[in-house]
Amino acid sequence: MQKSLHIDPNKCTGCLQCEMACSFENYGVFNISRSRIKVFNFEHAGRKVPYTCTQCAEAWCLHACPVEAIKVDLATGAKVVHEASCVGCKVCTIACPFGTVNYVAETGKVQKCDLCGGDPACATACPTGAISYIDSDWTGLDKMRQWAGKTDSQPRAS
Amino acid sequence: MGWTRKVLRVDLSKGTCTSEPLNMALAQQYLGQRGLATKYFVDEVDPKVEPLSPANKLIMATGPLTGTSASTGGRYSVITKGALTGAIACSNSGGYFGAELKFAGWDMVIFEGRSEKPVYLSIEDDQVELRDAAHLWGKTVWQTEEIIKKSHQDPQVRVCSIGRAGENGVLYACIVNDLHRAAGRSGVGTVMGSKNLKAVAVRGTGGVAVRDGKGFMKAAAAAKKVLADNAVTGQGLPTYGTQVLMSVINEMGALPTRNHRDVQFEGAGKIGAEAMRQKRPSDGHAQLVTNAACFGCTIACGRIAKIDETHFSVVNKPEYWGASGGLEYEAAWALGAANGVGDLEALQYANLICNEDGYDPISFGATVGAAMELFELGILTEAQIGMTAPFGSAQALTKLAEMTAQGVGFGKELGLGSKRLCAKYGRPELSMTVKGQEFPAYDARGIQGMGLTYATSNRGACHLRSYTVASEVLGIPIKTDPLVTEGKAELVKAFQDATSVFDSAGVCIFTTFAWTLADLQPQLDAACEGGWSMEKLAELGERIWNMERQFNLAAGFTAKDDDLPPRLKTEPAKTGPAKGLVSGIDKMRPEYYQARGWDGQGVPTRETLARLGL
Repeated sequence: MQKSLHIDPNKCTGCLQCEMACSFENYGVFNISRSRIKVFNFEHAGRKVPYTCTQCAEAWCLHACPVEAIKVDLATGAKVVHEASCVGCKVCTIACPFGTVNYVAETGKVQKCDLCGGDPACATACPTGAISYIDSDWTGLDKMRQWAGKTDSQPRAS
Repeated sequence: MGWTRKVLRVDLSKGTCTSEPLNMALAQQYLGQRGLATKYFVDEVDPKVEPLSPANKLIMATGPLTGTSASTGGRYSVITKGALTGAIACSNSGGYFGAELKFAGWDMVIFEGRSEKPVYLSIEDDQVELRDAAHLWGKTVWQTEEIIKKSHQDPQVRVCSIGRAGENGVLYACIVNDLHRAAGRSGVGTVMGSKNLKAVAVRGTGGVAVRDGKGFMKAAAAAKKVLADNAVTGQGLPTYGTQVLMSVINEMGALPTRNHRDVQFEGAGKIGAEAMRQKRPSDGHAQLVTNAACFGCTIACGRIAKIDETHFSVVNKPEYWGASGGLEYEAAWALGAANGVGDLEALQYANLICNEDGYDPISFGATVGAAMELFELGILTEAQIGMTAPFGSAQALTKLAEMTAQGVGFGKELGLGSKRLCAKYGRPELSMTVKGQEFPAYDARGIQGMGLTYATSNRGACHLRSYTVASEVLGIPIKTDPLVTEGKAELVKAFQDATSVFDSAGVCIFTTFAWTLADLQPQLDAACEGGWSMEKLAELGERIWNMERQFNLAAGFTAKDDDLPPRLKTEPAKTGPAKGLVSGIDKMRPEYYQARGWDGQGVPTRETLARLGL
């Protein structure tokens, strides 16, 4: 079964455990400025929203790369940056419509979410279930269940 | 690791910023944040210093767990000699600022001297400079943060600043970070203002490393599970916030009401957690929008609220209509029960003003309570205050909040706190303070241990130095009887010492609803070099407490200052379970001195100091 990161902003409290887990998994230190998932705080609406790469099936970043440094991980479906090939041209950062591939000045390469090889640290770290890693084909299941629960709930005459 | 091992020293008089290595020998004895920064402070500053003179210093300090994934690991503290109290001050804040300071590579920032003109400190990793703040002076906290983010062209910069209260000499001014988190008590913002330091803007791109990564992740995960499984930290606080306490404390007859005349508030139901969740008739929405977490926090007790746009306080003021920091228990009590106001929206408005202009709602609300009593006694007149101000007046509360923020009219007098206000009008006994600092939201007659907590707190009346409410009300870690004095001396000492450790580690004191030192210890030991055993931590807490005590004694405080106002010792509680009781402080104090290894005058004995390496 292919899985996807699934995000429910209503459950996010803005604690940034996901950002810390991401940086620790990839760099061995807690450093949210190197996180591949970011939580955005819409202060006056009272909303916090985690956002990261959705692993597009037809990935703009992958197609834009002139040196084929972005490859598909066949096990997870993740589009993975191969640092050895990346030349830091940043064309992928322009091609990505969502802004989830970003350049890292310190390494001269780009970075993006690679699903941690199939066990995303952000999802594990999230204390509220705002980030989960679930069946790609059924990311809507929870919402469907919620709405399903509201249908046909009128008391019936027996 | 855990520490970045770097201290930034900012001489505001000379305009210089220098980096120096953290004293690692001291870090082994004082850990970080409250303990370590206080050690730096007492070594460098004359205890007799005038709080608002250039010779006073102000330290912003993180702990070794700040910026790690330890739950609540985002705290920082501000250490100085308090403007309100003249005692050692240590005010602790969450939000995101503390972690960012650590990511920028600094364990602490020491501010000395006084700038000739308003400045702010800009930190981008090791690029540090003092910048002109003429354009920020006179601006609110909210405006300051917005202007700095815009001018730095960086939405990720984190800011702490003072509002107009800190500029105008309100003696209980805060330092506010991330719009509505605050180093709140004792007037640390006033000291910052006296140095002409408006703000600190920080952006950090470095990481925080730990000694044993795998071990740390395991310890942190286990500790998070303890928080999640606990009824208070796993359910009560995220759902209701600290406001969960309003009805509980009221029922116990320990909710100080109308300047401590009463111990139960008939309007408690209108200003507590349930009220915040109730849909309003005006717009069909509850005041509470959602809960929110500070950096790294898996509890998420924070309140995000929206005020009722039709309320008299904000009609035609759309700048207050958006979601922002909501009422916590202490603020709801101080702005509400302490002066008899049962209008939830008025409390939220006053709370917003406190955040916007940076002053402590506890001290402010309690001072308004004292003023209202003086008004009812006919000592303060309508002409002096500029309005009628009887207990219960939401109009007076909101207007006085604005006047205090702006430093106009009677607001100037309120800004000096309850002790100075009551002394000025010849009724010093009506000031509900210890060491000049106003009480928080627990009556010392209904929760006896809190009376001893207030009387002996090193920073003046405060609930966060030994929150015996946990034991006396909630049964954590063991249930004790709130109405008796027996055993409270040992209880208070144990809470004070443990709290000193948590405040020095970089985590939030609210973890202690679920954690003991045994939950903190494995995280600290995995993060930091030096072998952090339970014994070492227990001794550390006691060492910190005695160090703070010695500073206060040298500053001129005596056993006489470890006392409560006469009202709490002579006027029995009128209603509730504590009916007929007064505080047994005079019985508990000598027991406490003895438990501490202090002499009859509250001075640590030579043996005690030697045992703690002081």
